[in-house]
Amino acid sequence: MFDFSIVTQWIDVFLRTYLPEWGALLIEFVLIGVALLLLYALIALALIYGERKICAFFQCRLGPNRVGPLGLFQSVADMVKILIKELIDIKHNDKFLFNLAPYLVILSSMLAFGCLPFGRGLQVIDFNIGVFFIMAVSSIGVLGILLAGWSSNNKFTLVGAMRSGAQMISYELSIGLSMLSVVVFAGTMQTTQLVAAQQSGWFIFTGHIPMLIAFVIYLIAGTAETNRGPFDLPEAESELTAGYHTEYSGIHFGFYYLAEYLNLFIVSGIASLLFLGGWAPLHIGNWTAFNTVMDYIPSVIWFFGKTAVVMFIIMWFKWTFPRLRIDQLLHLEWKYLVPIGFVNLLLVVLITIFNLHF
Amino acid sequence: MNLSLFVVVFITGIALVAAALAIAGLIAPRSYNAQKGEAYECGIPTHGTSWMQFKAGYYLFAILFLMFDVETVLLFPWAVIVRDLGVAGLVNILFFLLILILGLAYAWKKGALEWK
Repeated sequence: MFDFSIVTQWIDVFLRTYLPEWGALLIEFVLIGVALLLLYALIALALIYGERKICAFFQCRLGPNRVGPLGLFQSVADMVKILIKELIDIKHNDKFLFNLAPYLVILSSMLAFGCLPFGRGLQVIDFNIGVFFIMAVSSIGVLGILLAGWSSNNKFTLVGAMRSGAQMISYELSIGLSMLSVVVFAGTMQTTQLVAAQQSGWFIFTGHIPMLIAFVIYLIAGTAETNRGPFDLPEAESELTAGYHTEYSGIHFGFYYLAEYLNLFIVSGIASLLFLGGWAPLHIGNWTAFNTVMDYIPSVIWFFGKTAVVMFIIMWFKWTFPRLRIDQLLHLEWKYLVPIGFVNLLLVVLITIFNLHF
Repeated sequence: MNLSLFVVVFITGIALVAAALAIAGLIAPRSYNAQKGEAYECGIPTHGTSWMQFKAGYYLFAILFLMFDVETVLLFPWAVIVRDLGVAGLVNILFFLLILILGLAYAWKKGALEWK
């Protein structure tokens, strides 16, 4: 399997032969920033196109098919359109908080995005508290949404932001509990070590039933965390026009749109990192021939493929379940998912201590 | 090294927003109209401000969340070494979890989880 650290090493050595240390470091940092920005924008474009197509097929429509072959340039055209839209100044809002909110939302998704292992040796940030760090930075997004709703001075945005805040902080507990199960099982929080621990078998297979339960809880909570599917009541268009970003226009609105799709990618990426082995290929016991064939598939394809599968499942939710009411939503979390998560955590601890796993 | 990479990603996030806003500021049209600055509503002016007292139910859930979030912070370091601690580690943490679950049960009994 190709190791991408060879490429980064080569660039590093190449730069250091021609430049002093600080110059080489500076250029590397700029390269990392540009690569992240490009990937961020590309994934958002691909996701917007993919979601529109998939939604269309679920509803027996064709979806975008006019701009470019199969409508491939539709989301590019949309992005250009959103850039040349007017930014409307609202009279009675809190200007500072109103302009600060998009920064927080984008920042939280960008920081979590930088922690994902995209392939072997292809990762920007690799803290030893990796998973915990991802959870911490992705909760900054709630702050941005609450600020957006509050500073707009509009009743729709206020109700949308409050609902979103209650929903996101509640479901973060379940995400935390299922992450804890994985950390207990793996004995590490570092993303590279998590992937390394899953080389011989993904946690969802080696961890018996408790890991499967943790995965399901993570999927439900992750869907709620991205404000999607049956949990999209912060922006329920039939009740709240557009929820917390009603007053935002042009590219300001675009940031929320971008962050929402990137959060979908990040939630799915973490699901594939924690439960489906990150970029680790599928290995079955001692089927040597099968494992060797699987090793030939590049690690990047493994990671993006698993992430795409999880994303498809989350999009599937959206067209399968009707939207929940706020009381049903909070009951589901506090009366079902949190107790189940706790019991499940204890089960995982038991199978870890007594070595009952594969 | 990781810390400087963190700063790089941080700056990238800020730069994305700032650059997009700068581009939009250059090429987006501007027109001024008194009606445009009003809050978005169904066509009639908004009645009063929106910065007002809000339903206390959301606050209750925020308080409950605080309790469980601090618990998560305390549990993560324990989770890393649970394999080495063995049964002793499980028994020790059970007391902590018991107090926590008692808290949840109390809130449940008091009706804090009901949406009224």
